[in-house]
Amino acid sequence: MDTAKKVELEKFALQIRIAALEALKARGFGHIGGAMSIVDALAVLYGDVMRVDPANPTKPDRDKLVCSKGHAGPAVYGTLALKGYFPYEELKTLNQPGTRFPSHCDKNKTPGVDMTTGSLGQGASLAVGMALGDKLRGYDSKTYLFIGDGEANEGQVWEAAMFTAAKKLTNLVWLLDWNKKQLDGYTKDVLDAGNFSAKFAAFGFEVLTIDGNNIAELYDALHHVPTDRPIAIVMNTVKGAGIAEVEQTFSNHSMNFKPGDCDRWIGELTEKLHALA
Amino acid sequence: MQIVYKGENDPKVGKDVLSAMIPALAAQDPNFIYLDADLMSCIGTTKWAQANPDRAINCGIAEANMVGIAAGLSSVGFKPLVHTFGPFASRRCYDQAFLSGGYAKNPITIVGTDSGVTAAFNGGTHMPFEDMALYTAMPEATVLDVSDAAQFESVLQQVSDLPGVKYIRVPRKGFKKIYADGEQFEIGKGAVLKDGMDAVIFACGIMVAKALDAAATLEEEGISAAVVDLFTVKPLDAELVLSYAKKTGAVVTAENHNHIGGLTSAVTALLAAKLPTPVEYVAVEDVFGEVGPQDYLEKQFGLTAEHIVSQVKAVIARK
Repeated sequence: MDTAKKVELEKFALQIRIAALEALKARGFGHIGGAMSIVDALAVLYGDVMRVDPANPTKPDRDKLVCSKGHAGPAVYGTLALKGYFPYEELKTLNQPGTRFPSHCDKNKTPGVDMTTGSLGQGASLAVGMALGDKLRGYDSKTYLFIGDGEANEGQVWEAAMFTAAKKLTNLVWLLDWNKKQLDGYTKDVLDAGNFSAKFAAFGFEVLTIDGNNIAELYDALHHVPTDRPIAIVMNTVKGAGIAEVEQTFSNHSMNFKPGDCDRWIGELTEKLHALA
Repeated sequence: MQIVYKGENDPKVGKDVLSAMIPALAAQDPNFIYLDADLMSCIGTTKWAQANPDRAINCGIAEANMVGIAAGLSSVGFKPLVHTFGPFASRRCYDQAFLSGGYAKNPITIVGTDSGVTAAFNGGTHMPFEDMALYTAMPEATVLDVSDAAQFESVLQQVSDLPGVKYIRVPRKGFKKIYADGEQFEIGKGAVLKDGMDAVIFACGIMVAKALDAAATLEEEGISAAVVDLFTVKPLDAELVLSYAKKTGAVVTAENHNHIGGLTSAVTALLAAKLPTPVEYVAVEDVFGEVGPQDYLEKQFGLTAEHIVSQVKAVIARK
């Protein structure tokens, strides 16, 4: 990728982090860790890779995203707001009564959200069904699926992985967010999955193991053309990525923010944004 | 409504209806798609599925994944019909049906074969007495327990275009013939098979034929019992239930299911709220299934015409 594109996408990632914080700030708590870890992938997907039209969010042959780790909603909403799916200010209604922005992604509430998720594991099969449907219709669209590393405790994830590989659904791209932590602590302590890359390879995927908070590596992986095997991108990420204080907080799956926290972090991110400009 | 019931077996069994209707529905609607979990051979769809790989998906023995895939297909405009045995079509995939299907507003049809005691020689592990309880507790769901082949054909023709999760339980191997071929049914409306003044029997599924047998026996003894086929357990035909409860003042429910959470619960909840009426039931007494021939199991769980007769007499005595 050229430098201009890299800077453009790095700026987009900073803007998404700020937008997600604007949403989380209004309520003073939320799933910040797992939202921040996928921001860079969202920036490359929506900033470069995905064929989507905010003016026509349900166009049948669009590319689709299933954020199966539905608690990362604030990062998805921030991305979609910046893309123009809905007014940016509305992000601040996150989790308010009657909001279009619930904790977990809901396709029937939020323009641009392609699937309702939140009960971990279920998004995997849903994404398989969407990709299978698009393939049967002959669309050249792709479906991108975010799976959390904690979420991969769920057996349904592996049923869906088996199906994806067996039926050669190369129009479905799996992105495993290996941020090493789940609600109760480190994934290696709660239920050690071992080597995710080896697991996906054993299931029949072409596996790309990358730094999932690195724009250039994400760009290359998401532009990689599959052969006859579907692609699984195993993203080494940091839970809370991009906000040092959150990264350094052990229990950062869902956090309560002290007054001023979010504004301070937004300030830091804004400075980085200006530095890139 | 033409009733042709003579106590005889229907020449078409449940799997015959599925093996004929699935290709027919696929021919009628380009969005129809059929998914199974390694039980295609049990309903006779294997050959057609192999010839039509874009219309029939064998998901392997992974029912939760299958229902999720069906919901994903639904979200991009397909009309999926999912089949497996009743317990796997309900307990095994309930959360996926509930959230990926119902909550996410991805309409899907789920057919659970081998309803209740018709699981017979597969025994307790395969014998669903609680599938309707699960699906009736799901908002916006439609729950059907069909009583013969003509009725099954009629509802299959309609369900794909309904919103929500549609759950149909059906015996795979045996039906009594009740309705004339080609008879049409409206989902949500009960069918009155026999009028009566002294009591009403509300039945569904395989218990409808037994209710007709019971009513004939009662007639010989001078007791006039109405028989109503409430194949739509949800949404219940409240108007019809209330009118027959009012007319007869004595109600018996009959279902091949736990008395908790199925037809009995639906009818008694309605009557308790709107028109308190004496009710007796013929249903499974909150116990697990077991193995054996169907006629043995029907006796074991009290799902017989004789039990309906005695319950009708019992409820009339309470008037």
